[in-house]
Formats: sequence, C-alpha cells, structure tokens
Amino acid sequence: MAKLRIERAAAPLWVRPLIPVIAAVITLALTATLVVLAKANPFEAYYYFLVVPLSSWVSAIEVLVKSTPLLLTGAAVTFAFSAGYWNIGAEGQLYAGAIAAAWLGTVLHEAPALVAIPIMLLGGFVAGMLWALPPALLKVKLAVDEVVTTLLLNSVILFVVSYLLNGPWRDPVSGWPQSPEIAASAILPKLLPRARLHLGFIVGLLIILALWFVLSRTSLGLKMRATGLGMEAARYAGVNVGRAILTAALISGGIAGIAGVSEIAGIHFHLIDAISPGYGYTGIIIAMLGGLNPFGVGLAALFVGLLSIGGQTVSRALGVPAYLGDVVQAALLLVTLGAFIFQNYRIRWIADEPRSLPPLPASAENDLETN
Amino acid sequence: MEVFLIGLIAATLRVATPLILGTLGELFAERAGILNLGIEGTMFCGAFVGFVVGGATGNLWLGVLAAIVAGILAGLLMGLLSVRLGVSQHVSGLGITLLLTGLSLFGFRLIFGEPRIPPSIAPFERLPILSQVPILGEILGQYALTYIALALVPVCWWMLYRTNFGLQIRAVGENPEAADAAGVNVFLTRYLALAIAGGLMAAGGAFLSLAQLGAFTYGIIAGRGWVCIALIIFGNWQPVRVLWGALLFGGVSALQLRLQTTGLDLPYEMFLALPYLVTIAALAVAGRNATYPAALLKAYKRE
Repeated sequence: MAKLRIERAAAPLWVRPLIPVIAAVITLALTATLVVLAKANPFEAYYYFLVVPLSSWVSAIEVLVKSTPLLLTGAAVTFAFSAGYWNIGAEGQLYAGAIAAAWLGTVLHEAPALVAIPIMLLGGFVAGMLWALPPALLKVKLAVDEVVTTLLLNSVILFVVSYLLNGPWRDPVSGWPQSPEIAASAILPKLLPRARLHLGFIVGLLIILALWFVLSRTSLGLKMRATGLGMEAARYAGVNVGRAILTAALISGGIAGIAGVSEIAGIHFHLIDAISPGYGYTGIIIAMLGGLNPFGVGLAALFVGLLSIGGQTVSRALGVPAYLGDVVQAALLLVTLGAFIFQNYRIRWIADEPRSLPPLPASAENDLETN
Repeated sequence: MEVFLIGLIAATLRVATPLILGTLGELFAERAGILNLGIEGTMFCGAFVGFVVGGATGNLWLGVLAAIVAGILAGLLMGLLSVRLGVSQHVSGLGITLLLTGLSLFGFRLIFGEPRIPPSIAPFERLPILSQVPILGEILGQYALTYIALALVPVCWWMLYRTNFGLQIRAVGENPEAADAAGVNVFLTRYLALAIAGGLMAAGGAFLSLAQLGAFTYGIIAGRGWVCIALIIFGNWQPVRVLWGALLFGGVSALQLRLQTTGLDLPYEMFLALPYLVTIAALAVAGRNATYPAALLKAYKRE
C-alpha cells in the first residue's frame, strides 16, 4: 500500500514562498476565536483588519506612518541578531534616542532645519548607542548574558523618562508630565500635504538599504554574519569576535535611537512616557518574520504596520479590542517560526514496499543477533 | 530602628514572593535546557487569569488554580515550539511573552472595557493568627502564598536533587544525548519541566493581583520576569542561592521604598531603578563564574 512519509530533506523550492502565506492563514484562523469571543463576525472583522486600512489614501498613509518606527527597530534588531548578539533592548534604546531628541529639539531653536535635523538624528543615534553600550561591554568583557541586561535596562530607562517628565522637564505651562515642545526647525518635514507621513519614513527606508549594503557587501558585514553563525568558528577564521559583537550592538542601539528621534520629531513633538507601545519588541517580531533579510524586514515592517492600523480599525468599527492587532502579530511570529521548520521536511508518497527485502549476507545476520 | 528593621524584613518577604515563585519556575525550565523568556508574559497572564477567575467566583484560591492552569498551558506551548519544533528558544520565549501579554490585554478590554481606575477585588488576607505574635507579628503575618513560596524552595531542591525525575531533568539539561541513550524520554521530560515552570511563574503573577495589589494593572509585572532570569544566573542555577538572590532583590526594593520616605532629596525614580541596577551589577560580578546548564538553548533532535 502507498503511504505518506515525512522525511528530513529540503522542501521543494516552490513551497518556500508559500510558507508565510500558509502561516498567515493559520494565524487568522486561530485568532478568529478571539473575534467570535468579542461577538463579531470573523470575516467582517478581517475585512476591517486587512482590507479597509488599504482602501483609502488617508488610512494607507497611516499604515506607512505606523511602519516608520517599525522599519527602524526591525533594522536595529536585525543588525544585532545577524551577529548573534541578542539585543532585546531596542525598546530602551528607542527611549534613549527620544530623550536626546526632546532635549536637542529645544536647545536647537535658533538653528535652521538643515542643521537641526541632522544633529537630532545624530544625537539620537549616539544616545541609543550609549544605552546599548553597558550590556555590550558586559557581554564582551565579562561574558554577561546580554538578553537579561538589555531587558533590565528597558525597565530602567522608563524610570529615567518618568524622572525627567515629573521633574526638570515637566511642562511649565500645562503642568502635564510632558517635555516642552521642540522647535519648529527641529520637526521632521512632512512628505505629503495633510498627512502625518514624515521624513522618518525615508530615513527608515535608507537605513534598510544601508543594512543590506553593510551585511552583504562589506567585510564588517561578513565578519558580523560569521560571528552570528558560530563564534568559535569565526574566531578560528581570524575574526575579532569581540569587536564584531560590540560594533553590531552599538550600531543596533544607534538605529533604535533614531526610531526614538523619528517619533519625537515626526509625530509627538515632545517627550511623553507613552512614546512607544513596544516598538522595540515588535522590532524582534519584524526581524524574525523578515528572516533577518533586510528587504524581508522592510516588507514585514509594512505588514505589521498594517496589522496595527487594522487592529484600530476593527476596534472602531466592531468594538473588538484593538489588542487583536498585538495578538495577531505575536501569533503570526510563532506560527511562522513553526512553519519554517517544515521547509526542512518533505512529504513523500512511498510506493508499495518491496515484498521481500534482499537477503542479508550471513555475516550481517550474525551481527544483528549478537548486537 | 527595631520597627524599621521589622518592617523592612516583612516587606522584603512580601516583595520577594512573586520573584521566588518565578525563579523556581524558570529554574525548572533552565535545568531542563530551556531558557523560557515567556516568563514575563506567563506572569502577566497569571496575574490576569487569577484576578478574573478569583473575582468572578469569589474564591481567590480558585483564581490561583486557574492561573496555574493557564501557566501550564503556556509552558506546554513553549514546549511545542522549542522542544518539539526546535525553534530558537530566545525568539519563541519572547513571542510567547508578547502573545500572552496581548491576549491578557485583549481579555481585559473585553471584560472591563476602559475603566479610569483599575478594577479591584478584596485580596487575600495575611495569616491572622501569626500577625498577633508580639514584636515579630509583622514579619510572621504574611500571606499564605508567601509561606507556600518559601516552602517550595526546599521542595524544589529535593525534587531536583533527590528524585529520579529531578535527575532526569538535570540530565536532559546537561547532556540530552546521553540521557536519551540511558532511556530518558528527553522530549517528555522537557515538556513536564516547562509545565511545572509555567505553573509556578503564573502563580507568582497571581500573587501580585490577588494578594499584594488586589487589582490588575497594565504595569503589574513591570519586568519582574526578567529579574527572575537574572536572579537565576546570579544564583548559579541552585535553588537555595536563587532564593538569596530573590531576597536580596526584595530587600533592595523594600529598602528603596523606605528611603523614599526619609526625605532624602533624591528623585524617587532613582530608588525605583536601584534594584534593577543592583541586579545588573550582581550579574557583572557573577558573570564569569556562571556555569550554565550545558545544553541550555540547544534544541534536541533525535535522528
């Protein structure tokens, strides 16, 4: 009788691009239960979730606005992960960049935009780097696990922000816990009239391009990827592993810092404690969904941006909590990771087994018995 | 001074309780070779499920039980991904944290809407008889869950070091190939360790919502899960040393609460950040001597 058998072998090439699609369908099927719990029709909900945001210019542009910080944190995480450095601190580094932007934005009120904006971006980059520095140094010098230290620093910087907003930076006019508004010249220019899309989006795209270039076209990228594939082997091949990790960690932190600048100078114009609803963590989802490939990461950022806006749209239209978007993102990550395992397997029809096995040589038969 | 010390010790035990439960849980997972970064989300989910079920049934212990069941399910999901499918432990753990956080918040919105003040319930009471002991009453009069957490430390030590099951857990965390050759079911052992781990973590979260706060807030866990992971490295994967770590963190947290009220002219956020910074410093000291379970982070594949 013919049988189905699963064996370990590369799946046929045409299957690979289908895997994310299959994963997305499974994810939507799983999360449909939540929609039903919220007493809504899943098909209607997913129409509002995935189609409505793209059906008007206004909301489609909002998707790009939402994707802007995600392009940056996704790129930041990809950079670190490619070198095998588990920077889970993009969230904290984003806040470091936001603090720098809120400060520079008020200091630079006399500078023209052409001077102020580059300084803001550079300042955010440096601030993100500085916040990424202690875990990176601890990793390289003292072999302290970076996962834990970067996570702990995410908690610490929220206290720093809280201190600034309740103390020296509290808005003197309104008394709200928000910093004074940044100067007009420090605000990132809008890309389109009457829409929130700002220069940060272009910066995000450029950084994705730079990421591709560095990772695939430079010796630094080669060293980083070698380190990520295997530290011992890389060291043996003559790579200065410590330096590669440190570089990856700092640049990663810097890019996450720019995400903070982009949110302050493009969207909020002052520091508040809710600058990021977890963009740093979402960056991890995006980096993995994109398979650590810069262009994949870019697409993933746009898609996750759609999921976020979709969540809000469903919430407004049907009263399904907007957190549906967060659940779908996380579930999509897990399902995709699970599904990609299957690209290493192949399902095969096994035709009828031969009736009789060829006779074993006598000596082999003896071996089997004695074993 | 005496009053200060007694209050400090009492608060230390209280603050340490969720950390003890969380670290004991993570310890089981890591000794079996799985770094479970789902801990933060599992604690959050435990706090939420415990709060909802405890509030709806009026039976707080039922709430704790429900949280434990949710935690076990979370542990099994981690097992499916990291043990069965061999997905990166870092990413699957973080994914589970994000998923459970999202699910809990979704459920919270669904049940409570957008309340201006967080919903609250009448929480567990501290053990009344022990509270009346002279002088030490404040220290002894803890929540029952605190006593359970403290009692679980020797229990977990005994399980890990004196039972066959514990030996199997440590074996699959150190050398799964050898354990497999010796007839240990590596997959099953890791699944069981992750289930126990999830239950303990979720109980730690439920302590926060059902005992310490009597409420559920978005920031209820506030990185405590990550602290647990740090404490395990600090405690070098030994249950008793991990307990000292949890008490140290609890002590620094309790101390900073008291320092805030002494009128020192420092921003209170500095004190709030202090326990996290102390933890990082402790890691830097412990760093090189940490002896990780040899098979931690390595997926086991049986060919």
